[in-house]
Amino acid sequence: MALTINRSWAGEKEVTLILEGRLDTTTAPQLEKEIQELDGITCLKMDFEKLDYLSSAGLRVLLLAQKKMNRCGEMILNHVNETIMEVFDVTGFIDILTIE
Amino acid sequence: MKSLTVPAKVDQLDIVTEFINEELEKQDCPMKAQMQIAIAVEEIFVNIAHYAYKPKDGDATILCEIGGDPLAITIQFLDNGKPYNPLQKEDPDTTLSAEEREIGGLGIFMVKKSMDSIDYQYVEGKNILTIKKNL
Repeated sequence: MALTINRSWAGEKEVTLILEGRLDTTTAPQLEKEIQELDGITCLKMDFEKLDYLSSAGLRVLLLAQKKMNRCGEMILNHVNETIMEVFDVTGFIDILTIE
Repeated sequence: MKSLTVPAKVDQLDIVTEFINEELEKQDCPMKAQMQIAIAVEEIFVNIAHYAYKPKDGDATILCEIGGDPLAITIQFLDNGKPYNPLQKEDPDTTLSAEEREIGGLGIFMVKKSMDSIDYQYVEGKNILTIKKNL
């Protein structure tokens, strides 16, 4: 049970992180590191199409990422599945995040 | 009841999750309920791993049973660590903005919201947390 993260660049300032697998206590530090390494971008997108699990450890990293991008641009989540959307709904993250 | 005892460490999470999933796979359990149960198991087990024995080490025992009418899964978490009732933790304010948000307490809050019942007892030196979800 793991998480794979692929980067897809659109120009120098926009990147999409394509997440596959699980965002949990074990794997969330991977995403945190990835986001810390991103510098000088104004648009961070995350593609959740192949993400099938998210716990509060994942929410924590998404919150950190959102705060970071609030200072320098925007963050957008794509293809969020129904069960993960439910997590965003229950926790009020639906109001913090931009989901397309 | 099926039983699993592991060191209360975060790196055991996959083993605990797998133990519960094996039981669930015998049932025709909807995806949404499966994920809610997996989240509950993770949040509770990780809580024990982080806090129960700190700074020492210890074990956690997880008991799992599926049955009854209506059909339900019951999962019990036992540890011999410090008495701690996670249900007393105040619910987070889910209406705050990103800047005002703190992440603490979200895990157990999700468990409370998604399970049909949740119960804490401290008996004979053991923390016993029981969750139940109708399938």
